[in-house]
Amino acid sequence: MFKDLFQKKRKYATIPSERLERSGGPAEGERPKREIPEGLMSKCAKCGTIQYSKELEKNLKVCPSCGYHMRLNATERIAMILDPEGFIEFDSEMASIDPLKFPGYASKLEQQQSKTGQVEAVITGQGSIGGHAVIVAVMNFEFFTGSMGSVVGEKITRAVEEATERGLPMLIFSTSGGARMQESILSLMQMAKTSAALARFSEAGGLYISVITDPTTGGVSASFASLGDIIIAEPGAVFGFAGRIVIEQTIRQKLPEDFQTAEFNLQHGQLDLVVHRKEMRSTLTKLLELHDVKGGF
Amino acid sequence: MAGEMPFEMPLVEMRKKIAELKQFGEEKGIDFSDEVARLEERYSELENEIYSNISPAQKMHLARHHVRPTSLDLIGLIFTDFIELHGDRLYGDDLAVVGGIAKLNGRPVTVIGQQRGKDTKENILRFFGSAHPEGFRKSLRLMKQAEKFGRPIITFVDTKGAYPGNTAEERGQSEAIARNLFEMSQLAVPVICVIIGEGGSGGALAMAVGNRVLMLENAIYSAISPNGAASILWKDATKAEQAAEAMKITATDLLEMEVIEEIIPEPRGGAHRDYEAAAEAVKDTVWRHLQELSGMDAAALKEDRYLKFRKIGEFSEAVLEQDADQDEAQIVE
Repeated sequence: MFKDLFQKKRKYATIPSERLERSGGPAEGERPKREIPEGLMSKCAKCGTIQYSKELEKNLKVCPSCGYHMRLNATERIAMILDPEGFIEFDSEMASIDPLKFPGYASKLEQQQSKTGQVEAVITGQGSIGGHAVIVAVMNFEFFTGSMGSVVGEKITRAVEEATERGLPMLIFSTSGGARMQESILSLMQMAKTSAALARFSEAGGLYISVITDPTTGGVSASFASLGDIIIAEPGAVFGFAGRIVIEQTIRQKLPEDFQTAEFNLQHGQLDLVVHRKEMRSTLTKLLELHDVKGGF
Repeated sequence: MAGEMPFEMPLVEMRKKIAELKQFGEEKGIDFSDEVARLEERYSELENEIYSNISPAQKMHLARHHVRPTSLDLIGLIFTDFIELHGDRLYGDDLAVVGGIAKLNGRPVTVIGQQRGKDTKENILRFFGSAHPEGFRKSLRLMKQAEKFGRPIITFVDTKGAYPGNTAEERGQSEAIARNLFEMSQLAVPVICVIIGEGGSGGALAMAVGNRVLMLENAIYSAISPNGAASILWKDATKAEQAAEAMKITATDLLEMEVIEEIIPEPRGGAHRDYEAAAEAVKDTVWRHLQELSGMDAAALKEDRYLKFRKIGEFSEAVLEQDADQDEAQIVE
């Protein structure tokens, strides 16, 4: 049918032609989807463009057609930002327990651990960027929507204390749905704990760069993520306190499309910079270099 | 008595019965004093039973009770010479937060509270006690002012949470809360925070980073409102009572977890039964803690506050063993 033909054409058009495998193409009448192995192709969550996963990886998981920055997990982020050598992880075995005996929490934790292969929602450690030594914390949205419980709070606090002690800059890549409600009040208190550690770090003269990645909301947004000497966001990253749906219910109005995006926040004075993923490493390197005299204090 | 909660209905019924019996006896000239005495004894037993077994869900309702004393009620009963100060010097004056200078037993202090309205009209003006960034920034301004003049700070926490609106987001709700946490941890004067009603999420914490955090007996304090948790967990906000039980939100739970230092007892049936008695209890407890902190210098106060929050959190640092066969993670103590 003509309709089918046009649809096929649209889908094929986005794949670089030289990489198309000619042999074993889809037979007539068959849906091309069936012929494609799982994971070979990726669809942009924003514009729907389909492309080779490998191409996308090369493009740092930024959609080549619309510029959408896809979410990265902590491991991918570390590989992309830090110098390849010399990363030492802190507290890699620190794990959540179920202090409140909250219904379903223990099994949810197990499920998240086996799904992601990670122990918790943040990786902390020391490394370098462009040769500048830093202490980093990188959050992982894949694990329990990056929610902050006791472990996330403790690991970040220890990392900040380490940076204070060693006189190194602190760098946190945030992404989180907020406090982990299964740890209720203990989660909430992590906001105060991490912020207090950053206050001491700041008093000692340390440089803290906060990088907002999609999405950063709730208790993380309202604590360490908003306390950077410099706050950078990836394009399009959602950054805000209350959820969009909650706000719409409160004010009984539809919110604009760009509400709480990085660009929206930049316009409202809540950010220093919006930086494309391709330029993130070089921007961070430059900022670290500019603070070399005093930032490593 | 006004404002009875559903769980108090058996008491109401019984009071009615006793009154009826008395009246009947008087009218007919029959002596029911034995029966009345027996009923009254039964009444006080029932009262004991009901009030010593208030469930978390019932406390949630008590903490939100529309006649429960608000910050301004308590300020009026506890302090003298209160002068309310206004505005954050940046944007506006948020009526969801009230604050100023007052005297506590003759000593100048700064007192700041989150303020619900008493009726719908006032609630609209005060955003039901949910602060915008300017509310948190006003409170921080008053705290820095207190620090400059060496006044201790007393805060009253009573909010469902920070105001979830677009204007609040545009003006940096996250930053305003985060800044309070950051700055409060470094204040060089004693800070005493009292959760007097509902301590909802980041909006509550933004005024509760103190050397001492105290809670009224029927107050609640949690990371997310029980209603919010229920709608996320079970996609049903009406299961708030169930969530309230699971979330450990009562003063007793929080004392056990060492998040708060002390529970301030309320008059039987709740603070709304007797404002004066409730205020008196708050006053005495705050004063005692203030005296304990008075001997500490700025560095000691900061250290004390840092360590209070530093130690909160429960986790395991033991090796995580991966059982390859079952692909199941197990935490080994």
